[in-house]
Amino acid sequence: MAVMAEPVAAQVRRSSLWSRAFESRNCLGAMFMVPAIAILILFLAYPLALGFWLGMTDTKIGGAGRFIAFQNFVSLAKDSVFWLSVFNTIFYTVTASVVKFAIGLYLALLLNERLPFKSMIRAIVLLPFVVPTVLSAIAFWWIYDSQFSIISWVLIKAGLITRYIDFLGDPWNARWSVVAANIWRGVPFVAITLLAGLQTISPSLYEAANLDGATNMQRFRHITLPMLSPIIAVVMTFSVLMTFTDFQLIYTITRGGPINATHLMATLSFQRAITGGNLGEGAAISNAMIPFLVAAILLSFFGLQRSRWQQGGRD
Amino acid sequence: MTTMDDQSVGMSYLESFPRKFLRVYLPLGLIIFFLLFPFYWMAVATFKPDAEMYDYEKYNPFWIVHPTLEHISKLFFDTDYPLWMWNTVIVSVSSTVISLFASVCAAYAIERLRYKGSRYVGLAIFLGYLVPPSILFIPLAAIVFQLGLFDGNLALILTYPTFLIPFCTWLLMGYFRTIPYELEECALIDGASRLQILTKITLPLSLPGLISAGIFAFTLSWNEFIYALTFISSSENKTIPVGAITELVNGDVYHWGALMAAALTGSVPVVILYSFFVEYYVSAMTGAVKE
Repeated sequence: MAVMAEPVAAQVRRSSLWSRAFESRNCLGAMFMVPAIAILILFLAYPLALGFWLGMTDTKIGGAGRFIAFQNFVSLAKDSVFWLSVFNTIFYTVTASVVKFAIGLYLALLLNERLPFKSMIRAIVLLPFVVPTVLSAIAFWWIYDSQFSIISWVLIKAGLITRYIDFLGDPWNARWSVVAANIWRGVPFVAITLLAGLQTISPSLYEAANLDGATNMQRFRHITLPMLSPIIAVVMTFSVLMTFTDFQLIYTITRGGPINATHLMATLSFQRAITGGNLGEGAAISNAMIPFLVAAILLSFFGLQRSRWQQGGRD
Repeated sequence: MTTMDDQSVGMSYLESFPRKFLRVYLPLGLIIFFLLFPFYWMAVATFKPDAEMYDYEKYNPFWIVHPTLEHISKLFFDTDYPLWMWNTVIVSVSSTVISLFASVCAAYAIERLRYKGSRYVGLAIFLGYLVPPSILFIPLAAIVFQLGLFDGNLALILTYPTFLIPFCTWLLMGYFRTIPYELEECALIDGASRLQILTKITLPLSLPGLISAGIFAFTLSWNEFIYALTFISSSENKTIPVGAITELVNGDVYHWGALMAAALTGSVPVVILYSFFVEYYVSAMTGAVKE
């Protein structure tokens, strides 16, 4: 109280530069931002820029590089392994994302039903997403083992096949195997986030549709999908980003083999840059991923724009 | 209105059990089986003696006849696994704490101090969330090496916040937004400083958000792989995921039992933590998407 009663003049006199800085929003704001901005500039923005630069040099591990402009990209354009990795990345992203979306949406709709132990089921469903990817990938590695695969054993016992399947030895088998592992890991994320979206849809919409005699399919098509589309756009952007830049699953299960058949751009850049020591070339491969990522982000951004209009909001 | 509600609930009761079984329980059961089988398989392999593991003719592979702890004891006493576990804990806890501190300050400044240009900074931090580690690890490796942090916990503690801070800041901004402005105005009139407002009003009120961000950040750093693989070279400095995949495979000899034991014991701490905070974890995950 005493402080409050003090004459204003005394307060002004006492306020040093320091305390005035504490009162100004801009100064205080800047001070609050220091820790986050310092870390993000040093370890996020600067590496991003350095990556662009490295991609245009022939830097090797343990030596300074020369600026060689677009030479890395020129040699990559002639590199069949690079193009194979681009193909694999697109194949992996497209197939895994489509299936993840289909199963994820289906699972979300199932979980949105009246179920006993609902929250426990939801907690269990999310487990594959929580457990470290590399560690669950080790389990898949063992499931896909050429001699002791449980899948082959079951299929043989069921009389469906006669020989053990060479999951990771044949290029296409290996591709589908890693896609399956990726789907396994990604479905919970898609399902649980879409479920959160489903729960925000007002039941009165469905009741109104019921009164109008809408069938299940019509309710899904004309209520659920339009109401869900903003969340679908965001979830699928994240899912596509995570799948496109995936590294852990491939590195654990196949290391890019057999004969580069499952190399993604991320694993190839690791192999060239860290294992092979050609930092410049590896950085160039990483940089080649950026246009795809930007395209994915823009796509979802425009997806969002459209859905805001669909919901009757302002454009 | 109430009769309407009653009717719509009543409709679902009309569905006979066999029909609902086919439509909901059966597909749900199949998907959950698909999602859980790898964990079961991991657990079975962990406790199975080698003799049973590599002999499907004599023993049914789905079951364990003579459970054993030999893989786990081999893992704990013959490898650097305890060190990997220790490193993982240190790195995850430190990077989570650093990220939470930086994010609380940043989110508060962006949401509540609303300094000049705060909207654009917020947007920039969000964009940082979209930069994947797979395109950062090569230049980061060069920076880590230059700073002399290579092959040490500090390399990971300082780089993990790059993907944690954008996420935590974004999530906390959402939480801070829900706190009524009037509370802060009252405190300001009572003569509280900004720091007091933050620690005595905003933080206690956004505790659920802090827990959500903390849990999610912790699991993300526990799971991180590509930075740890790139920045760490000696066995005693590795984290669990990296150690398991690089040290338990000798050329062509895969120690499947030990590998599975590492996978299982490396997952258990995260799963236990997750099981205590499921709601917070889910709200962190969906909150990041819903915004």
